[in-house]
Amino acid sequence: MNFVLVASILFGLGLYGVLSRRDVIAVLASVELMLGAATVMLVGLAGLPSLSSQGGADPGTIEATGLLLLVMAAAAAAVGLALLVAIARSTGRTRTDELTDVRDRP
Amino acid sequence: MMWLADNAWVAVALPALFALLVALVGRADRLVAPLLGIGSAASVLLSGIAVLLTVAEGRTPAAATIRWLPSEEGILAIGWSADGLVGSMLVVVGFVSLMVMVYSAGYMAADEGRVRYYALLSLFLAAMSLVVVSDGLLGLFIGWELMGVCSYLLIGHWTIKPAAAAAAKKAFLVTRVGDVGLLAGIVLLWSHAGALDYESLAAVIDTLSPDILTTVALLLAVGAIGKSAQFPLHIWLPDAMEGPTPVSALIHAATMVAAGVFLIARTWPIYELAPLATYVLLGIGVATALGAALVACVQTDIKRVLAFSTISQLGFMFAALGAGYWGVAMFHLVTHAAFKSLLFLAAGSVIHSSGTQDLRKMGGLRKGMQFTFEAWTFGALALAGIFPTSGFFSKDKILYIVTSENLPAGALLFLTTAITAYYVARVTVLVFFGPRNSRKKPHETGLAMSIPPLILAIPAVGLGYLAKPSIELMAAEYVGFDLPVALIATGVALLGVAIGVFLHRSGPSADIAFERRLGGVWGWIQAGYRLDSVVQKSVSRPSLGLARAAYRHIDRDLVDRAVIGVGSTANFLGERLRRLQNGDTQWYISMGFIGLIVLYSLSVSWDRIHVWLTGGG
Repeated sequence: MNFVLVASILFGLGLYGVLSRRDVIAVLASVELMLGAATVMLVGLAGLPSLSSQGGADPGTIEATGLLLLVMAAAAAAVGLALLVAIARSTGRTRTDELTDVRDRP
Repeated sequence: MMWLADNAWVAVALPALFALLVALVGRADRLVAPLLGIGSAASVLLSGIAVLLTVAEGRTPAAATIRWLPSEEGILAIGWSADGLVGSMLVVVGFVSLMVMVYSAGYMAADEGRVRYYALLSLFLAAMSLVVVSDGLLGLFIGWELMGVCSYLLIGHWTIKPAAAAAAKKAFLVTRVGDVGLLAGIVLLWSHAGALDYESLAAVIDTLSPDILTTVALLLAVGAIGKSAQFPLHIWLPDAMEGPTPVSALIHAATMVAAGVFLIARTWPIYELAPLATYVLLGIGVATALGAALVACVQTDIKRVLAFSTISQLGFMFAALGAGYWGVAMFHLVTHAAFKSLLFLAAGSVIHSSGTQDLRKMGGLRKGMQFTFEAWTFGALALAGIFPTSGFFSKDKILYIVTSENLPAGALLFLTTAITAYYVARVTVLVFFGPRNSRKKPHETGLAMSIPPLILAIPAVGLGYLAKPSIELMAAEYVGFDLPVALIATGVALLGVAIGVFLHRSGPSADIAFERRLGGVWGWIQAGYRLDSVVQKSVSRPSLGLARAAYRHIDRDLVDRAVIGVGSTANFLGERLRRLQNGDTQWYISMGFIGLIVLYSLSVSWDRIHVWLTGGG
């Protein structure tokens, strides 16, 4: 069950990064960490014998899904970085405490 | 004609319809509004004549009731009924209003508010007819209030005159005091008798306790006192003269102000069983008659003289009611309606011709206003109670019954008769005789304005001979002619006339001499015993102060503060809460994550929390 510990630590680190880092690129990297934690959890659970014996999905399929997730995370990161570049170009700001445009202006 | 008698509601419906028509198409042509007004007056008059003819044949005109408002206590019904009393009143209202409508065609010809004026007069007629033909106090009250509104609007006809607006407001508020009494009386009667129509009331009235009956009678009398301008609620009537003169003639002399007398006559079975209330009526009537007559002696405005004279004559009617003879009171109402509306219409012509209402600026108007002078003379003789005019007969009966009921009250009324004759003579001499005090040349004021007073002179002089049949038609107790009373009354009246003519033969100088001799007393009487300022001090100012205090301490400090407090509290909390929404995405995510943790822990421990909350049950 070590993978649960690994996934938890990864998720916690990712969450901490998302919540505390002011650099948008670091935040994006932290999001990737959290996504990785979820993938580790998925693949680890697939290896549990009790799951497949109860009519769960085939471990091979789940492992393939894990790979798909990695690819998807990379794609998502690419979209995120593209957005970030666009924002940086139009506003000149790349720090989260500068990008507060979602609030209602008083 | 028969149909008209059996359907007395027509006297209400037609004027109301005409009022609507005047308002809708009155602007089409100059003649439309006056003609429709004359139509509504004629319909009331015809209804009255039809009812009287039917009653004279010995048949009771049909009545009907509509079950109107069902309630837990019973059903409030509204309907109409007619008898001799109703017929007489309708004839009076119809006849006087017919004359007033014709007169108004001349008097108001150049007025911008003519259409509104005729519409309101017609509506007033509908309301007055409703008061008269209603078969119970409910319909009467509705008409009563409608009359009050019409009176208010017509007094304030010249809306740009601040005095007219103030007078209208005063009339409305003062009569409202009386109306509250009337309403209280009606409610009290309803709660004890369970009916409001006169027929059912007459049937159950013997079963009510005397205390209740006396209270009801006194409360109804409060309403009558307010409407009929009796002491102490008379203060609105002199001010009401700010309205157009034909309105004063119709509403504030002949019809609406007489509605109080009519109300008491109509509910007479109650008063028969409430002797205390009739004493009150007698006292108020005599006091008002004498007090108002004295004030009339020193007024300088011709319309105010007539206003105080109206109050005084209504006092005579109340005294007759108080003495127990409502038929006599009604007869004086009829004759008074004729001669007082005549006097008002003639006064209107005088004002129109001389351009002033001030007696001291008139004089010498006899030449050039021959018709008006003749009509006025007949009216003045009737008001003074000189044989053989109608006023002589009706006043003689009142003097007789009051004297035999209560000698001091009768003596005071004799004194009032002399004073009445005095002020009538004073006004007549000041207006029509003596030197001319204005540069304007007196002139007759056109057919529409000189004919109605002349026509009114016929009943003003001749009605006296119809005393017996008209009182008997009303099914009231008739009082015969009493020679000693008549002789004394004529004597004091002639004395009053003689003094009046003698003192004022050389114009208004006698007034000035009196004023110098009497000083403050003169001013005191002229201001109506300064009752206005007494009311101002004792009622108006305290209630204004109360209203101001209520505004300050209840409305502003309590209600307003609570309302504003709700708003500012929300504002305050909102101001704090909006800091959560600072635009920092990471802050939002933290909040969301904390919320997730809280919800998750709640969901996994829900069973335990539930057990804890319900105490293990």
